[in-house]
Amino acid sequence: MKYDVMIIGAGVVGCAAARELSRYSLKIGVLEKEEDVCCGTSKANSGIVHAGFDAESGTLKAELNVEGNRILGELSRELDFPFYRNGSLVLCFREEDRPKLTELLRRGQTNGVKELRIIEKEELQKLEPMVSDEAVAALYAPDGGIVCPFGMTIALAENACQNGADFFFDKAVTNIEHTGRETGMGRYRIRAGEDVFEADYVVNAAGVYADVFHNMVSETKIHITPRRGSYCLLDKSRPSLVSHTVFQLPGAYGKGVLVTPTVHGNLMVGPTALDVEEKEGTNTTREELKELTQKAKKSIPGLPMNQVITSFAGLRAHEDGGEFIIGEVLDAKGFIDCAGIESPGLTSAPAIGKKVARLIAGQLHLTERKDFVPERKGILNPAMLKETDRSRLIQERPAYGTIVCRCEMITEGEIIDAINRPLGAKSLDGVKRRTRAGMGRCQSGFCSPRVMEILSRERKVPMEEITKSGGDSGVITGRNKDRL
Amino acid sequence: METYDIVVIGGGPAGLAAALSAKRKGVSRIIILERDRELGGILNQCIHNGFGLHTFQEELTGPEYAARFAAEVKREGIAFLLDTMVTDISPDKIVTAMNSREGLFHISAKAVILAMGCRERPRGALNIPGYRPAGIYSAGTAQRLVNIEGYMPGREVVILGSGDIGLIMARRMTLEGAKVKVVAELMPYSGGLKRNIVQCLEDYKIPLKLSHTVVDIQGKERVRGVTLAKVDQDRNPIPGTEETYSCDTLLLSCGLVPENELSRGIGVFMNPVTSGPVVNGRFQTSVAGVFACGNVLHVHDLVDFVSQEAAGAGESAAEYVLCGCSFKKEGADFQVKAQGGVRYTVPSSICSDGVRQQQTIRFRVGDVYKNHFIAVYLNGKRLIHKKRQIMAPGEMEELNFDMNWLSPYPDGGEIIVTLEEA
Amino acid sequence: MERKELICIGCPMGCMMSVELEQGKVTAVTGNTCKRGDAYARKEVTDPTRIVTSTVKLRGGQYPVVSVKTSKDIPKDMIEACMKALKETEAKAPVEIGDVIVENVAGTGADVVATKTVL
Repeated sequence: MKYDVMIIGAGVVGCAAARELSRYSLKIGVLEKEEDVCCGTSKANSGIVHAGFDAESGTLKAELNVEGNRILGELSRELDFPFYRNGSLVLCFREEDRPKLTELLRRGQTNGVKELRIIEKEELQKLEPMVSDEAVAALYAPDGGIVCPFGMTIALAENACQNGADFFFDKAVTNIEHTGRETGMGRYRIRAGEDVFEADYVVNAAGVYADVFHNMVSETKIHITPRRGSYCLLDKSRPSLVSHTVFQLPGAYGKGVLVTPTVHGNLMVGPTALDVEEKEGTNTTREELKELTQKAKKSIPGLPMNQVITSFAGLRAHEDGGEFIIGEVLDAKGFIDCAGIESPGLTSAPAIGKKVARLIAGQLHLTERKDFVPERKGILNPAMLKETDRSRLIQERPAYGTIVCRCEMITEGEIIDAINRPLGAKSLDGVKRRTRAGMGRCQSGFCSPRVMEILSRERKVPMEEITKSGGDSGVITGRNKDRL
Repeated sequence: METYDIVVIGGGPAGLAAALSAKRKGVSRIIILERDRELGGILNQCIHNGFGLHTFQEELTGPEYAARFAAEVKREGIAFLLDTMVTDISPDKIVTAMNSREGLFHISAKAVILAMGCRERPRGALNIPGYRPAGIYSAGTAQRLVNIEGYMPGREVVILGSGDIGLIMARRMTLEGAKVKVVAELMPYSGGLKRNIVQCLEDYKIPLKLSHTVVDIQGKERVRGVTLAKVDQDRNPIPGTEETYSCDTLLLSCGLVPENELSRGIGVFMNPVTSGPVVNGRFQTSVAGVFACGNVLHVHDLVDFVSQEAAGAGESAAEYVLCGCSFKKEGADFQVKAQGGVRYTVPSSICSDGVRQQQTIRFRVGDVYKNHFIAVYLNGKRLIHKKRQIMAPGEMEELNFDMNWLSPYPDGGEIIVTLEEA
Repeated sequence: MERKELICIGCPMGCMMSVELEQGKVTAVTGNTCKRGDAYARKEVTDPTRIVTSTVKLRGGQYPVVSVKTSKDIPKDMIEACMKALKETEAKAPVEIGDVIVENVAGTGADVVATKTVL
């Protein structure tokens, strides 16, 4: 199969690139090794929209962070995914650390972060009453925000798909050959097991694997270390105990962890930072979970860690240079890297997507399609409807009256929508990331058998073939007594 | 908006028994709202026997026990709605519910009986490290798959937690053709009944490892192994004691949590020890006319006691409704306090009303106690001193408190339930 | 003389009991605290029995299986044979509580009966 652009990786960066590229008349493909979009780094991160004071001025990280933050508001409205500017705070625990806080302020201002200021203890306590008494001051960034990383990635992917991009799942790229090297052309042959794809451009958005693919086509080698971050997710509480994203100024206790509300009203604590060898090493360890609790309590001493409903780990793609690598590889024409996308990668993704699209469209002298559809509608959430509208919806479609996930109050109608829409859910995790069914306090204990039934019925596959997350993650192994 | 005298939230054993007793006390307009497809709650998936010895003097399976109560409810003509989820209960007892037939609707209630039951503690709450592959189930989820849907969740199984559900599932999985390799228990004692240890584990030669926990889960897509380690007195794993079992399934049976999201929404006071509402001797919560019973109040071991307790709540709700939404003959209040090894009591307070002769006080102890006395003090005076050969956290204890004892104290006071050494 | 050790299941005490047998007949029970322990021990070492509960396949029902039990306790060593018999059994909906699904299962004299009504 021949494509103008083949994107490797359906994480947030790959999907943002696909969406932005789909503004142009290009045949776009996306190859993903997992069964769904948003299965790697994009699914296990802080979900933070950084204001942009953290990255060193003049770097791509700083530039794309600030731009990403700026355009996210409009993007979230166009693509109908949850995003809030809840504001972020960086806590300073010691008087002698104040210069560091000032440095962050200056850096942020240089980077173009608006409304950034240092607040004193009294104001801090007012803004965030649960914050530790030990915090003497904080950097306050009203522009900081939170986003649902699944919601955002899926929205980008669906919109790209709507605009014609082809997504291929369970296609792990095994080899890339620069067939146009001799002629100085951008021409690539991409193998994914048995399948072979041809493309003029390759966008390398492969997360922790981006170095592998880069190094297949370039003599200038890069190296990515998977840097593991573990998180704990706490149950919802009304009202939320913490409303801002609360960072810690790095201090004597090392790099801090953040405490933040999520867009859905949970609290999240994390991440740790541990360099690991394994590119799939998303296991949690007792030590890391313990470290999280200790560090989080430094910021919010009253954090109810007995309310943890799940813990998980994700891997950031840390390149040795510590900077985003975005652009055409010098010795591989048409091979566009999006490598080393660690924090603030989620925030920057929309800007990265635009940068990649501009680069390719610029080279090809393309102008935007007239028939590009910038809007995408998310899964209808009946809980957001007025009561009368909700009742009418249930009358028309009774599945919206049946609650399947009792913790998150997700109806059968939403689950059916999640399965049947473009790039729909194929697994329990796919349903969970799209609807939140199974993401609540019982962690799918009650609803997973029901969701499996719905998946089986809607996708017309036997129960035995339903997986948690594709591949060999089958949920049931057979029928009663079949091995007796 | 429809109006009912009593709205019962949940059609499990607690809800059914509460509705029945309220009806028999003379309340006519009662409705049960049940979120599942049938009445009976979790009993429907508890297909093992051992239920009903106290209630029916015979040994029944869970579905049989549920069916008897459901039949009574139908015979009494008590209304019920299935597949109906209650989404909110306001402090003035407007119940918001939803199903696919009626859509979103409201019911105004004179009294509400909370009987939502409990849920299992998930892996996250246990802080079990490792990967997050398929093949990790709470024991109850596995129980539903096997007993109601007829599907095997795995072939080679490790179980964490030796509470009764874990033990029962060890036997169920074995009988259905799986290999249960080991049951690990964090505590130095099992939380399950001796009978279940013998008949669910020993009968099938399944080892029980006390003072052990899961320290790692292997496998990225499906579970491939589980590593156990011995724990010290502070329940921390002891390095060097790790042992890895190859398996495709990990079942978690690590405790139940009352499901009180709706209760919190009403604003009832909660007991941090039980995670259930604080109730008085009439099972009334801190909001007048809102009652609680069964596992939503505190987790029980035996359904027979749930039925008994719920009948009491149903009677109280009936009395409240029939007295024009109040209680007659309010007497002095006595706080009931748990001390010295007693973790909590239900109720948290009692009130002499001149009607009831006896008040049942239920409680749990925090550790295994051999040859200890249960002592009850009323305003400093010891009234009960009862020797028990053994008490364990896994077994709920029960006391009968004579209400006449309260009469010398018109100003109320406090009742202390404690353990004393022999 | 033969000696068997067992744990009493009567209560949480879990007494460690020791049973002495002479030619298959119980001659002494020690270690028990109460009479219930004695009775249990005598039965358990000479004639251990269990009620078996399981599911059988159900055709045309609201659920794919229906729960069942043996109508009385069966010898412990017949449990496996009972399960094998249930493997080969398929009931047809509707099934009422108490309906006999298998008569005289595995020759034990006990029937297998439905414990749930499934339409």
